[in-house]
Amino acid sequence: MTHRREALLALLFALAVLAAAFAAPWLRFVLTLALAKGIAALGVMLLLRAGQVSFGHAMFVAFAAYAVAFLAGRVGDALLLLPLAMLLTSLLGLVIGLFVARYREIFFGMLNLALSMVFYSLLEKFYSITHGTDGMRVPAVTWAGMATERVGGEWAVLVAALVLAIGFALLARLYLASPLGEALQGIKTREARLEFMGLPPRRVLLVAYVLSAAMAGTAGALIALTTRHVTPLMGYWTASGELVFIVILGGAGGVLGPFLGAVAYELVRVYAAASVADAWQLILGAVLLAVILFARGGLFSLLRGRRA
Amino acid sequence: MGAWFADNGLLLGLALLDGLASAALIFLVAVGLNLVFGVLRVLNIAHGSLFAIGAYTAAGLGAALGSGALPAWAALGVLILAAALVGAVLGPLIERLLLRRIYAEENVLQLLVTFALFMMLEDVQKLVWGVQPVHHDAAMRLFGTFDVPFGSDFIPFTAYQLFVLPGIAVLVLVGLVWFLRSTLSGRMIVAVTTDREAATAIGINADRVYLLTFTAGAVLAALGGALASPTAAIVPGVGASTIVLSFAVVATAGLGRIEGAALTALMIGLGRSVAVYFFPEAEVLIPYLIMVAVLLVKPQGLFGTLETRRI
Repeated sequence: MTHRREALLALLFALAVLAAAFAAPWLRFVLTLALAKGIAALGVMLLLRAGQVSFGHAMFVAFAAYAVAFLAGRVGDALLLLPLAMLLTSLLGLVIGLFVARYREIFFGMLNLALSMVFYSLLEKFYSITHGTDGMRVPAVTWAGMATERVGGEWAVLVAALVLAIGFALLARLYLASPLGEALQGIKTREARLEFMGLPPRRVLLVAYVLSAAMAGTAGALIALTTRHVTPLMGYWTASGELVFIVILGGAGGVLGPFLGAVAYELVRVYAAASVADAWQLILGAVLLAVILFARGGLFSLLRGRRA
Repeated sequence: MGAWFADNGLLLGLALLDGLASAALIFLVAVGLNLVFGVLRVLNIAHGSLFAIGAYTAAGLGAALGSGALPAWAALGVLILAAALVGAVLGPLIERLLLRRIYAEENVLQLLVTFALFMMLEDVQKLVWGVQPVHHDAAMRLFGTFDVPFGSDFIPFTAYQLFVLPGIAVLVLVGLVWFLRSTLSGRMIVAVTTDREAATAIGINADRVYLLTFTAGAVLAALGGALASPTAAIVPGVGASTIVLSFAVVATAGLGRIEGAALTALMIGLGRSVAVYFFPEAEVLIPYLIMVAVLLVKPQGLFGTLETRRI
């Protein structure tokens, strides 16, 4: 896809989101969640470029959401809360990344899963701090100093999510085209070659990991500002699986893929999840299997790192 | 120290006995995961689901057969039968329909496939057995309790957890090592693990070896679940915590190591149960703290060698 066509497509996508939110007010909430999950999925996709899959990125989403819930009382403005949550999550990503960037494939995926399960248990167990499974309410926040009523607040988060989504998509595009981003594919094919070229693979992966954590953190902060209620379930493995699912589903279309995947996923979920609540993961798993086993074109173009 | 021991000695004793029982269960699941990985080179994320399904099936079968009225050994037999059933049905099904298609694929893809299977099986459990905790402890009650002498005191402990669980774990360990080292089928498995192509060239049916190994791994996972079912209620989500815990054991021991898994399971089981009694909030952290500490010092695991770690 040429730059021009991708830019055009992104513009159309943004306009479609705004138009849909304008036409159907109840869609604002759904679309904000979809954009947020798209940002998180974009981060997971960066890691997939390096041939690594994380089954634990919802940990960063939940971490940022709880950060917002804790800080909203003290830092009352969303425009301060969002960067703050992003920064804190990046720091967590750096600490965890220093550890997991030493590992590949099975270890990488499973260590992320294990760490996220630990984080989930901690959120659940430290009732005195986190209120356990009841979760925490997020106090009302202002936007650039302005108090917003319900509808205005919804628009504010949606627009913020859209702007951040476009910003991160551009950033991801630039990053993937840069030498550091190109090196990700080197991790997938043969690491030794990267080392011969003087690029330490661990650091290449660490950069991608911190970026992906920042994106997941942004998503978590946006979700917390939208739902106004955070629970440990945001960091459960099913939430991480959801992100992986979105990437695989929408992956092939470059940086736009995760967003298209996220919107499609959220819309279906709104209609379907309530009626098949106990079979939702079953359906996701079956679709995931079907995509991997039978519709390989989409998945493989991504896994092989080819540009769509 | 002496004063602390006088106050907490009994608690520590209880923690150690508990740890022994849970180590036995952890070992059964982890060794299955390890065996499958060692031979198929696929990490089966759905292994934890097989544990859960084994547990549910054992509880269901026990209730259906009224194992509360049976002799203790028969009740234990029911548990083992349930595990064998689950493994023998689901094992070949998963291997034939799913894994066989992806042996030649990249690791990431294999992980995604077993993760998708895991997602599906977690919901299958909810659909079949509901979300309410399931508990059927006939087998454990039938074995009664045993007073463990502890200094001048006694700790009454269930004989099931004290003798049956560790006994079966030891039997499995010894049996597995004997099987792999001393029987023709076992040697064939080792041959395929070492060099699939050369093994095929001398007439070993590698497909069959894969099928048998995966089924054995599935039976071990289900056995862990079935034997665990009398000791605690089965709740949704147990599959997820089981796979991460057994992965922690396997990673700490070194992927593909069987005896190492036993020692590591013991270490992690004891560490966890001591935490349950003394620092309950840290319980979930202990296995991973052990794992992270080991991996930072020895990235290939305690018993792994550098060349086996291809990850």
